[in-house]
Amino acid sequence: MDSGELAGKIVYTWLTLVLGFILLPSAFGLSLGISELYMKILVKTLEWATLRIEKGVSKESVLKSSASVGIIQRDESPMEKGLSGLRGRDFELSDVFYFSKKGLEAIVEDEVTQRFSSEELVSWNLLTRTNVNFQYISPKLTMVWVLGVIVRYCVLLPLRVTLAFIGISFLVIGTTLVGQLPESSLRNRLSELVHLTCCRICVRALSGTIHYHNKQYRPQKGGICVANHTSPIDVLILTTDGCYAMVGQVHGGLMGIIQRAMVKACPHVWFERSEMKDRHLVTKRLREHIADKKKLPILIFPEGTCINNTSVMMFKKGSFEIGGTIYPVAIKYNPQFGDAFWNSSKYNMVSYLLRMMTSWAIVCDVWYMPPMTREEGEDAVQFANRVKSAIAIQGGLTELPWDGGLKRAKVKDTFKEEQQKNYSKMIVGNGSLNSELD
Amino acid sequence: MGSRSSHAARIPDVDSIQRETGFSQASLLRLYHRFRALDRNKKGYLSRVDLQEIGALAVNPLGDRIIDSFFPDGSLQLDFPGFVRVLAHFRPVDVEDHGNRDPQEPEPLNSRMNKLRFAFQLYDLDRDGKISRHEMLQVLRLMVGVQVTEEQLESIADRTVQEADEDGDGAVSFLEFTKSLEKMNIEQKMSIRILK
Repeated sequence: MDSGELAGKIVYTWLTLVLGFILLPSAFGLSLGISELYMKILVKTLEWATLRIEKGVSKESVLKSSASVGIIQRDESPMEKGLSGLRGRDFELSDVFYFSKKGLEAIVEDEVTQRFSSEELVSWNLLTRTNVNFQYISPKLTMVWVLGVIVRYCVLLPLRVTLAFIGISFLVIGTTLVGQLPESSLRNRLSELVHLTCCRICVRALSGTIHYHNKQYRPQKGGICVANHTSPIDVLILTTDGCYAMVGQVHGGLMGIIQRAMVKACPHVWFERSEMKDRHLVTKRLREHIADKKKLPILIFPEGTCINNTSVMMFKKGSFEIGGTIYPVAIKYNPQFGDAFWNSSKYNMVSYLLRMMTSWAIVCDVWYMPPMTREEGEDAVQFANRVKSAIAIQGGLTELPWDGGLKRAKVKDTFKEEQQKNYSKMIVGNGSLNSELD
Repeated sequence: MGSRSSHAARIPDVDSIQRETGFSQASLLRLYHRFRALDRNKKGYLSRVDLQEIGALAVNPLGDRIIDSFFPDGSLQLDFPGFVRVLAHFRPVDVEDHGNRDPQEPEPLNSRMNKLRFAFQLYDLDRDGKISRHEMLQVLRLMVGVQVTEEQLESIADRTVQEADEDGDGAVSFLEFTKSLEKMNIEQKMSIRILK
């Protein structure tokens, strides 16, 4: 056999295997247990690696064991205690110390900036990219690491790229075909099938293991699904378990093709870039969408930007002004197997996807939560905060009042005014100055 | 992105910075990573805008004054040694320092005097060595915003200057400033401890 035929045969066998073991089961929602086996082996290997590292590293050089403790010792007492404890006492020359100390603390470490870099791991997971503090330990560990590199780049990467390619092509072709059919319940069922199959294929393309909790609270038609945002993959993870109507800007290129294809099969809400600025238009179209009870629930990420999955930042109130029932969903990734956070200032989409495909796996938990509606006398901001707290508690994330868009825009003056108000109350008291009593 | 090296040797002039500021190598490394993280456009130095983008600093009433202290004499670029020099003022005081300090060497940056000097220059904008009543008013206004009337603020400023002013020149000099804060536990109020 010459090399051309040989290559042809290899490709043929490869594709048949992929078809048999992965594509067909995805279409029927079944699992052959291969990924579970892979995960078990992976977990065992990482446990072994952790033990080796702990044995090899001497006591002094073990740097901080808890990844979430800050680097400075914070005195979190409120302003009154920090200044000097008495209510209604007068201004002192030393008051400036409190503010300057707080200011310098913020310069050394602030809550927001650290949320836009990947979470530090407690123990190494054999990926160079997370190798922050760990040094060379032993030849055995290095060999395992080399083996890991070979497996990830030469075995897993081609497989995953093939799957992703097949998945996306199937999505585009499938939705276009389904879009040709007349409007009917058959068409809706078929479009659901196409969506679900493609999403399952794409999830396997990332070796994703997803655990869904509380499936009884899955978002219903005519509602709005709200979740915390870590990466574009969030969309994939949620749509594997149900169909949603997406909201977003029209993009060009590959994303644009996918968007146009998806719209043919079932109605999504895509906006032109210029329309996004007009908030009333956006709200109106979303309201129309949810008023139609036959349409799929809308999926929105109110943070507006990707955060590193250790905290939940301010929810923009726009989504909460539309009305309707909100179905909160909490998504928490396990960073041990692969870091899903998309740092858009550091990586573009293609290098991000490549990093995803060369990680071990994407493991995450998805919690569906009971639906919430806006209560009497509650405004959109309070409602947004209520939903945000619920998601943060469920996912085990910390809550921050800051706007994720802070990395691009200036902070509001209202926050500064609050501090000034507190301070004024202290030195001026409740209207009367202490010096008047002299 | 590859791994971050844990070698302090990557910091330029690390030894002289260590001697000048007294920070440990581990702390300097942490601060260096922080400096790099704040330097968003990878210029190699920090500008005022980089510091203004820190949310918690932008809402601090004295935020602008604090940023000013990093850019003395109208400079526009802050390099790493300059960054650490200011932060060194807030290093906790080591108890051993007082015993065997060589009187020939300059005072460490985190001594009580230097901490007080840092606080003093937050008030003394024109750097004339005195806090005038006007400068006192300005700082008060920063800290209270629009919450307090001009008259109330003026009487607070007058009272404070009167209490501290000993030689009757209507302004608070650095010596008068230190005297009025004699009993204050500066070491504790103006210290930030960096955990390893």
